[in-house]
Amino acid sequence: MTTHISKAPGAGTPAPRTTLLRAITAAGGLATVASTFLAWTWTSDFPGDLTVYGYPGGLQVLTLALGLATLLFAVAALDVRGLRWLTPAGSTAALRLLALGAFATTWFTLLAIAVDQGGLVNLEPGGWVAAVATAVPVATAFLLTDDTRPVCRPRQLPSWADILIIAAVFALGLYVVNYGIQTDEDNPEPFIGYLIALCFAAAAFLKAGLITRLSGLTSTYRSLTLVAALVTALVFPFTQDKASYTELGVNIAIFATVALGLNIVVGLAGLLDLGYVAFLGVGAYTAALVSGTAASTIHVTFPFWAAMLAGALASLVFGVLIGAPTLRLRGDYLAIVTLGFGEIFRIAVSNLDGTSGPSVTNGPNGVPNIPPLEIFGFNFDDEHSFAGFTLDSNSNYYLLMLLVTVIVVLIFSRAGNSRIGRAWVAIREDETAATAMGINGFRVKLIAFALGATLAGVAGTIWAHVQTTVVPEQYVFAGPVPPNSTFLLAAVILGGMGTIGGPLLGAALLFLIPEKLEFLQDYQLLAFGIALILLMRFRPEGIIPNRRQQLEYHETGQLDVPDQAALSGSAVGVTKAEA
Amino acid sequence: MTTTTVAQAAPVLTATGVTMRFGGLTAVRSVDLDVHPGEIVGLIGPNGAGKTTFFNCLTGLYVPTEGRVAYRGTVLPPKPHLVTQAGIARTFQNIRLFANMTVLENVLVGRHTRTKEGLWSALLRGPGFKRAEAASKARAMELLEFTGLAAKADHLSRNLPYGEQRKLEIARALASDPGLLLLDEPTAGMNPQETRATEELVFAIRDTGTAVLVIEHDMRFIFNLCDRVAVLVQGEKLVEGSSDVVQSDERVIAAYLGTPFEGEPGAEEAAAVEAAEARTEEDGQ
Repeated sequence: MTTHISKAPGAGTPAPRTTLLRAITAAGGLATVASTFLAWTWTSDFPGDLTVYGYPGGLQVLTLALGLATLLFAVAALDVRGLRWLTPAGSTAALRLLALGAFATTWFTLLAIAVDQGGLVNLEPGGWVAAVATAVPVATAFLLTDDTRPVCRPRQLPSWADILIIAAVFALGLYVVNYGIQTDEDNPEPFIGYLIALCFAAAAFLKAGLITRLSGLTSTYRSLTLVAALVTALVFPFTQDKASYTELGVNIAIFATVALGLNIVVGLAGLLDLGYVAFLGVGAYTAALVSGTAASTIHVTFPFWAAMLAGALASLVFGVLIGAPTLRLRGDYLAIVTLGFGEIFRIAVSNLDGTSGPSVTNGPNGVPNIPPLEIFGFNFDDEHSFAGFTLDSNSNYYLLMLLVTVIVVLIFSRAGNSRIGRAWVAIREDETAATAMGINGFRVKLIAFALGATLAGVAGTIWAHVQTTVVPEQYVFAGPVPPNSTFLLAAVILGGMGTIGGPLLGAALLFLIPEKLEFLQDYQLLAFGIALILLMRFRPEGIIPNRRQQLEYHETGQLDVPDQAALSGSAVGVTKAEA
Repeated sequence: MTTTTVAQAAPVLTATGVTMRFGGLTAVRSVDLDVHPGEIVGLIGPNGAGKTTFFNCLTGLYVPTEGRVAYRGTVLPPKPHLVTQAGIARTFQNIRLFANMTVLENVLVGRHTRTKEGLWSALLRGPGFKRAEAASKARAMELLEFTGLAAKADHLSRNLPYGEQRKLEIARALASDPGLLLLDEPTAGMNPQETRATEELVFAIRDTGTAVLVIEHDMRFIFNLCDRVAVLVQGEKLVEGSSDVVQSDERVIAAYLGTPFEGEPGAEEAAAVEAAEARTEEDGQ
């Protein structure tokens, strides 16, 4: 561990060897950038056009971006004025990750060309240049000594500059998300390349301390950040050139909302609910039955607000009915019972078909032909034009879903940061002590359970209209297509329990990856399992950690003990003995 | 130190004939105990005497097999949260803080019974909610000042040193504005200075009008602190009285140190000792 230098980062002249290595890394980055302007293959059969001299295309763009980042960070490491802000926590670790990212993306592309097109002969000289150019920075970056240091206090910038930075970050974020969503769905290569590049770049920014800086900035300008996030989300449908991309957005918003509801139950109150998808099903079925479709057994047509209320109410009742007997159990027992109830819902719905039981749900055939939503004469299936913008059906649903998501986020943050939210966390931490402090454990847990169920029910009512059909087989414990209880729980755990961003990110990733990588569909559950095992080993607190959770799993990196903060980089996952 | 006049008002706590059986094992046998307002009562006894079990009977964690526990004349319901609501707060022998919550949040959780804001008020965030939150925070900070933890309000409780964790447990218990505070070995594992500080803290708590019932092994601490001491041996109350009475009681000395043995120990006695030890161990679990 290097000792912390209180002067400006990089003060004191580094050894000539270090300077040389950094310079070579920068040169390698430059060469990488240059190589993307060459043709890598002669055939345009490979997705993206990599045959052109003069401008990068397809996967070359990713290499270009990573090469550029490597170049910038290497130059910043050389202590060039004006670039030091890039590496508040040291440059070597970030350089290694960026160089590795460029290397991995490029070599993946080249190997994919060779495998897809049948042999290395399909590579143009430009491809070989890229292969060598990306290997050089990797070698030199790993020869550099580690210069990880605690993130120093940022320089005071005028507030307009801070605001500009936040806006730029959100714009960049939207661009990155759009790049991923708009990759070619017929070929898996671009999306795999995108994932590789994204993972390495994110890890590099984290190691460089940029993420810490950014979260400092966003917590200073909290409301501004929220507005920026909202605006970014609002702009999303207008930046899509295909309806199917907006549809991806709708689905992600629905599953993210449901996952956030589950996060109240799992993340805040610590109740492991393995049958959560049943509540989504109750909402969806309620909305379907009162939607006025010919297939419904009760021939009523509710306006949407009433259907939404009915769905929420039905889920609430169902949640209380299931919660009341089961919440007296703790830990694993609760998980088993909720798993059972989730399955009971599906089987019961399949049997309410008029032959095995009363005729309510049409059994396995489900309720088809659910009409499109209509709110005060605004039909969600028609195109609408406002001030030059055209909203197609998917955009309509996306914007409605966004509104619901915002409401759920508000509910989550307000409930979490209150007397009842503290009681949930206390119950999760130590139920015996919590009851001894006067918390009625059962009541408080039931509130969490019912609230989670209600939110899932609300999302379910919209989901029914988006899908136009509800069938019992959608609401299984584990299956290849979302939603299922495993998917939702995995989204919460992958993203980070107890946070708002976590389940949103987790749901987006878990939905997008199988959607883009069709060859994975048969192995989705296997991939899920492997991903979760790896996550539990290397980052048990999830991608976006809750402060509590992070401290629970890693003894170091806490505010109170600044001397040990540097140790967190060495990833010693000291798990809590009593966990 | 121990010359406080005991107000002979109506007792805060009345335990009569409390008996707790686990299957064939009687951990607590017919114990009577009164605690009066403004009094510090000690409960001592060898390991496994049933002190913590008795505490658990008082706080509703266990439902006593026989007997009744009343707080200010009303019989307590056998639910921990209702007992706390009635006005009895406790700390734990092995510290049970909410480790991943901040010091302030821990105390705020302790305020739970004295505040009413439910889910709706949290979601709507009306002026009433903000007022109640601010009042809770103010009271919690006051308690942290009182226990000397105010400077560490934003630290996570797991990061506090041991002695301060004990103090925080007391602050958290006090947050429910109890009429009676039960302390289960508050000085276990403390050094003499910390013990001394805890003593001062308990006196200060008593001076605010809260009665205190304390379990402890540190005899000097107990005899300095308590107006009255009860001795529990093998589930039964042996003696109760001022520290002088208890200290000079031969049965207490026998319970702690054993009776002087005349002559050579025979095989019979050795077996009896072993059996007694086995039983004591079993009791402790």
